[in-house]
Amino acid sequence: MSISSIFIILISAIFVNNFVLSRFLGICPFLGVSKQVETAMGMGMAVTFVMTMASIITYVAQRFILELLGIEYMQTIVFILVIASLVQLVEMVIQKTSYSLYQSLGVYLPLITTNCAVLGLTILNIQYGYNLIEVIFHSIGAAIGFSLAIVLFAAIRERVVLADIPLVFKGFPIALITASLMSLAFMGFMGLV
Amino acid sequence: MKLGKIFSRGLVLDNPIFVQVLGMCPTLAVTNTAINGLAMGVATTAVLFGSNLVVSAIRRVVPTKIRIPVYIVVIATFVTMVGMLMNAYTPDLYQALGIFIPLIVVNCIILGRAESFASKNGVVQSITDGLGMGIGFTLALVVLGIVREIIGFGSVFGSNLFPEAFAPMSIMTMPPGAFLALGILMAIFNKAVYPKSKS
Repeated sequence: MSISSIFIILISAIFVNNFVLSRFLGICPFLGVSKQVETAMGMGMAVTFVMTMASIITYVAQRFILELLGIEYMQTIVFILVIASLVQLVEMVIQKTSYSLYQSLGVYLPLITTNCAVLGLTILNIQYGYNLIEVIFHSIGAAIGFSLAIVLFAAIRERVVLADIPLVFKGFPIALITASLMSLAFMGFMGLV
Repeated sequence: MKLGKIFSRGLVLDNPIFVQVLGMCPTLAVTNTAINGLAMGVATTAVLFGSNLVVSAIRRVVPTKIRIPVYIVVIATFVTMVGMLMNAYTPDLYQALGIFIPLIVVNCIILGRAESFASKNGVVQSITDGLGMGIGFTLALVVLGIVREIIGFGSVFGSNLFPEAFAPMSIMTMPPGAFLALGILMAIFNKAVYPKSKS
């Protein structure tokens, strides 16, 4: 394994296979928590943290518990439990150690349990047969890609609110069409790696 | 509330996709053809039915504080079962839906119905609610799948509609087409269901 293969994993997770815009993972927070750039950034940070931690723990659980015992079919149940308890743990630790960070991330942390980008990422890591280092970089890339998409989208939505659009398109329809144009732009990265 | 009313609410007025805007990830990801949309809809309905049944049956036993983890385990169990069944009987669809089958666990509709309906109502009402919501979800997925398949492949459920000269717009089968088609369908739905809010 070389530096270049890690770089390719990183770039492909951020741009080419962007989790939100080309894999459709994490659409709920993407549409729900993207009305302001600031909250979008908070969500991005919280997701980055949980994604990286969850990937490492589920990787270890898969290799040393599920595969060792031959019960790979329990993957979904085990992974979702790991993520749910991890989110709970992270919330408690942040609350005790850094109250200002808790204030800014607090509201988004419980939401992350049902963010399919996290569960999707952990399952994809196993499907691709990555080793631990590749898993870490793939998670960081996925998280940066998610944050990038949600922050850019929030910046566009802040302007769309002021635009004069037909009433039936107000709210989610225009947001989806905006996302469609963004996704079109991200398709330009196809073939980069 | 009458059972018929509980059932029909999920179809239109409380439609999980067009009104509640829940469960967007599978909605956008698997609807490149109508058959994939139908398969995802049926799988989700099955899970919703099972989880609503169990959650409402155990609602008096589960302590309030740990109810969410309990619900998630119940849902994950049903998802694993559905995944195994699909792998055994419809391996092609299992391949096509891929990662989105385990991801039914984090579909917000299922946890949402468990929390807001099944944990407060009896078994029969909860099953009805699960079926109504599931069928509403399936309908929306199939409509979206049909629209995208007609424009993107020129076919419906795999059978060709147009002569060979028809040039399909394959962008509709790709991610941008999913967002665009759902956005426009949602606007049409708004117009049809709430005609008073004219522009």
